[in-house]
Amino acid sequence: MDSTIKFTANGERRSVTTDSERALLDVLREDLGLTGAKYGCGERECGACSVLVDGRRAFSWRTPVSKVVGKTVVRVEGLGSGEKLHPVQEAFLAEGAFQCGYCTAGMIIAAVGMLAENPKPTDAQIVAGMDRNICRCCAYPDILRAVRRCAGRNRGAEVRP
Amino acid sequence: MIATKTLSTTRRGFLNVLGAGIVIAVAPETARAQVAPAGGRGRGGGGRGGAGGAKTVAARLHIGQDGIITVMTGKVECGQGARAELTQAAAEELRVGADRVRLVMADTGLAPDDGGTSGSQSTPSTVPAIRRGCSAARGLLVALAARRWEVDAKTLEVRDGKVSDGAAGARSLSYADLAADKDAEKLLAGAIPADVVMTPVESWKVMGTSVARPNGRDIVMGAHHYPSDVSRPGMLYGRVLRAPAYNAKLASVDLGPAKGMTGVVAVQDKDFVGVAATTAFLAERALEAIAKTAKWEDPPAQPSSEALYDYLRERVRGGAPKNPFADEVAKAAKSLRQSYHVAYVQHCPMEPRAAVAEWIDDKLTVWTGTQQPFGVRGALAQALGVAGDRVRVIVPDVGGGFGGKPTGECAVEAARLARGAGKPVSLRWTREEEFTWAYFRPAGVIEAEASLDDRGGLATWNFTNINSGGNEVQSPYRVAKNQARFVGSEPPLRHGSYRALAVTANTFGRESFMDELAVLAGRDPLEFRLAHLEGGRLRTVLEEAARRFDWASRVKDKRADVGVGLACGTDKGSYVAACAEVVADRKAGTFTVTRVCQAYECGKIINPANLMRQVTGAIVMGLGPALREEMRFAGGKILNGNFADYEVPRFADLPELEVHLLDRADLASAGAGETPIIAIAPAVANALFAATGVRVRQMPIRLGKAKAN
Repeated sequence: MDSTIKFTANGERRSVTTDSERALLDVLREDLGLTGAKYGCGERECGACSVLVDGRRAFSWRTPVSKVVGKTVVRVEGLGSGEKLHPVQEAFLAEGAFQCGYCTAGMIIAAVGMLAENPKPTDAQIVAGMDRNICRCCAYPDILRAVRRCAGRNRGAEVRP
Repeated sequence: MIATKTLSTTRRGFLNVLGAGIVIAVAPETARAQVAPAGGRGRGGGGRGGAGGAKTVAARLHIGQDGIITVMTGKVECGQGARAELTQAAAEELRVGADRVRLVMADTGLAPDDGGTSGSQSTPSTVPAIRRGCSAARGLLVALAARRWEVDAKTLEVRDGKVSDGAAGARSLSYADLAADKDAEKLLAGAIPADVVMTPVESWKVMGTSVARPNGRDIVMGAHHYPSDVSRPGMLYGRVLRAPAYNAKLASVDLGPAKGMTGVVAVQDKDFVGVAATTAFLAERALEAIAKTAKWEDPPAQPSSEALYDYLRERVRGGAPKNPFADEVAKAAKSLRQSYHVAYVQHCPMEPRAAVAEWIDDKLTVWTGTQQPFGVRGALAQALGVAGDRVRVIVPDVGGGFGGKPTGECAVEAARLARGAGKPVSLRWTREEEFTWAYFRPAGVIEAEASLDDRGGLATWNFTNINSGGNEVQSPYRVAKNQARFVGSEPPLRHGSYRALAVTANTFGRESFMDELAVLAGRDPLEFRLAHLEGGRLRTVLEEAARRFDWASRVKDKRADVGVGLACGTDKGSYVAACAEVVADRKAGTFTVTRVCQAYECGKIINPANLMRQVTGAIVMGLGPALREEMRFAGGKILNGNFADYEVPRFADLPELEVHLLDRADLASAGAGETPIIAIAPAVANALFAATGVRVRQMPIRLGKAKAN
């Protein structure tokens, strides 16, 4: 049954008339052309579809679009402003914290969500906070370094040759 | 963007979807020259970089009159870093910075066939192929400048894309100036000379440095379009009807319920049944509707993972292999016979198989995630009954491969749906489909028997790999009488290539067995290995890993439930050794890998940071099949086809990780996407034995309640 769903995506008001049971991920990708968030598992296990809903990480493939009515959705494409990257994006780029990069959007969103709650996480807290995201290329050491960098640790240090 | 006057609108349409930053144009005659007949793939060969490669300079690169350099390769970027490395190769020979080169990859309409992206071949084969093409181009442009200035080409210098007259000093011409020369096009259309010279290592400026992934910024911005992100006007979303079990045949199906839904197209072509709809959600509903009507014949009885190893053993082709050294073994004071098991595992790249297919008239274009764009073009032509030159395959940088995406089944399905629907169709396999209908790294049984001489040295060695493959089945250790071989069986699951494929199984079997033989000989595992290794690259990495890990003191650490182990091996011209520390919890029957120190050498390093990522990534990925990954199946069904039940490595699995890269400027560069994965599992098994006295002879390595043995 189609209904009109209104929500905010990065400051822009969006209105979509569609079946309210559809996944937020599908609506973002198919209706709004926002392909940053990815399908990875369909079971809340890998985090590739992560977006922020009212500042908290949500698995958009498992979030019916009806659940975000009136809420604010932030995707990886909307983190920075124009050409300026968000600090977490900067850190991932600086550390080369990706290989194929398919999980990267979800990783960055998870890191942004985690750092909003705890700006100075320990390594153990980073691991706990990021552990719901899978990187099959296993770029975990580089991602860990990128998140540490955001937390103001190892800034400038450990730069690889 | 290069405005080439010969560019047709249709071609421009193609080019525009290549993605941000890589919009290019080449003369259509160049592209057309690359289109081979369907199925006409040659065998790989180093000479031109794979299956034919580029025969002419123009087929390898295009220098725009605006100075933009576009280099073309049939290789695929799937996370291994080929885009950076191949860009470096071109930049080095063209004497420009890496940021001046745009690399068009894996587009059968534009790029030469450099062979599939597999077997660690991009480095040893495609890097030289690109270097030769670009070096030849530089030579031709220099010759053009020399002719114009009427000087000897040898007196000219090339720096930063400019040819300058060293003698006169003041004169210079950019590549763009030279590309505008009336003779340039004709010259670049010439063959790449066989004797073209490549820049020696000591003069490298771009190769050997850590050039970042060229489209890294797009990746962190979510702007890169993976195959599953490609969108075409009017595109529908597809789903395919799958059998409830392997080898279950479709008896009947009623497409009526799907056809009755607005916005849905249902397609049947013999056993192929699928739907396409305006949204993925609607396609799912339509598929559910017809799946309810489908009748399937009962599949034949099929083996389960519980009985897998006996099943493979009993079906060995040619019967159970005999040990030709049985007499010596019988007489030897000390001998040992063991079996090792390696489970089926899955690649599960984060991006499942995906394809977007579009027919325009009788021409088919498919954007898909595959490691073999030219092979998939052939497969599409054959399956759809069209000529190869009517099919174009484009592979945007892919969301992971690991040897799991050489085939084109998803591309073929998307093309069938698109033909049936009369509209472009996007098909993205679900995770469950990927787990079930892709394929697996072969399971294997390793049977090993060896005897020792009076001094505790290896006297005989008999080593058989059943089912999983023959790569590096030969032992690198010195032994008087040696037989090693691979024998096939009847694999119950569809299997195929995987990062390092059988080398992991063969290394796990051999390095576990060597550890057991060291115990039998009463010698330290490192010392026992070194006693059987000639000087050379493998010995060097083993010694380096042991030294960095401080093996000599750690092995004396007698803390309860803590142990260290090591392993080494080689594959595809590169060498690896790993030392691992594990801490066991005997009561819980579990253990943790706490520290890994790996030394790796693949000749001259082309991109240190990328190599480091490949090696660390391979170690952690290798922990998956070492510790947990194992496909379970019964009755033709996969029982754990999801990430909740099939547990791949996560952040929490990270050990303290130390990697040492040995840079050998005197040796040719070998590929590094595979070999760094092979040593971790046996190092862990050996460490677990040291910690607990329990020898686990299978991957995944589970401690459980096993008693010391």
